[in-house]
Amino acid sequence: MAMTMHVDIVSAENEIFSGQATMLVAPAQMGEVGIMPRHSPFISKLKPGEVRVDTPDGEGHYFYVSSGIIEVQPNVVTVLADTAMRAKDLDEAAAREAVEMAEKAMTDKQADIDYAKAQSQLAEAIAQLRALENLRKRTRG
Amino acid sequence: MANAKEIRTQIKSIQNTRKITSAMEMVAASKMRKAQDRMKAARPYGEKMRQVISHLAHAHPEYRHGYLDPRDAKRVGYIVVTSDRGLCGPLNVNVFKTVVKDMKAWSDKGAAIDLVTVGTKGSAFFRRLGANITAQAEHLGDAPGVEDVIGPVNVMLQAYDEGRIDRLFLVFNDFVNTMTQSPRVEQLLPVESEELEEQSHHWDYIYEPDAKDVLDGLLQRYIESLVYQGLVENIACEQAARMIAMKSATDNAGSLIDELNLAYNKARQAAITQELSEIVAGAAAV
Repeated sequence: MAMTMHVDIVSAENEIFSGQATMLVAPAQMGEVGIMPRHSPFISKLKPGEVRVDTPDGEGHYFYVSSGIIEVQPNVVTVLADTAMRAKDLDEAAAREAVEMAEKAMTDKQADIDYAKAQSQLAEAIAQLRALENLRKRTRG
Repeated sequence: MANAKEIRTQIKSIQNTRKITSAMEMVAASKMRKAQDRMKAARPYGEKMRQVISHLAHAHPEYRHGYLDPRDAKRVGYIVVTSDRGLCGPLNVNVFKTVVKDMKAWSDKGAAIDLVTVGTKGSAFFRRLGANITAQAEHLGDAPGVEDVIGPVNVMLQAYDEGRIDRLFLVFNDFVNTMTQSPRVEQLLPVESEELEEQSHHWDYIYEPDAKDVLDGLLQRYIESLVYQGLVENIACEQAARMIAMKSATDNAGSLIDELNLAYNKARQAAITQELSEIVAGAAAV
């Protein structure tokens, strides 16, 4: 029986693959790597490309990754795949967008947070909830 | 008979409301189940990431990343996750209560506070308070992706890199079970060392291209995945809270209808009695 290792391919949104494999091929940053069981510990970023997992039954499974990180330990290989397109300028554009949204919505900006005001507003909201609760009890009782 | 008629229209309108609330309850229930699935699906990624980071942090002492080292807190950042829509009971108010309490504790210590809000309810509340909102994200829908949180998270990470904030917290609703959701404040930065378990023996990775690059990429993704997880969890909470709120609204409508029915019958009975006695009196007079 061929030696196997455990392979996990996960993204932030779901688990893509989990199981035994005899070999894994991934597009690492400095060139494609083929990982077999008992590989020494290795970690690298991934380039966009295909990850191939050969399962013990001789089948090859293909997964596309846009980027991510591969972590290799002698018997376990983990691919942390990104679901989103990543690039430094794309990230920055997303950040800018979030800031602009806040600035646009900001109409009256005060220097300090008025905690007294916050508390009174919260108290108001809580009182409303409590009133509803009481009302409910009364109608039930 | 006028009174009875009024009551009847009232009953009709409450019945219509009950139909709507019970429909909303069912919609929320099915959405909650989906959100719970997404919540579970997101977990393995965070766990794997934590393992790798804790290993890197210990195996590679010569490169200490800024995200791992605590420093004096002069400015504090919060990422507050709230829902986009209302009608979900005390869910958002509970978060606000927790955040405001926490913020007050920091500001009493002399720390300034920056906020990033996710969800319309949060940005509306904190804007009204005049808090300093540096970035916001809204209308992410029921099934947000990681790409939706990259922007707002990056704003905070940049602020941390440039020393504009010294601590970063995430606030969201923790999904305990369908009936219970409790607000939780989680420290994102610096990454708390208790979370990173000690390594028993020493070994190191082969890095490509180098340790710094890999660790930078990892930490950024780690924080993003935590925020994403908080967001997904909050959505599950929102749907659960809405389901409960709508269920009790439906129940209330039911008891209200019962009461009104009683009143209606009484009114009808009174009208009949009155008519009868008028006829009898009329007959007696003849």
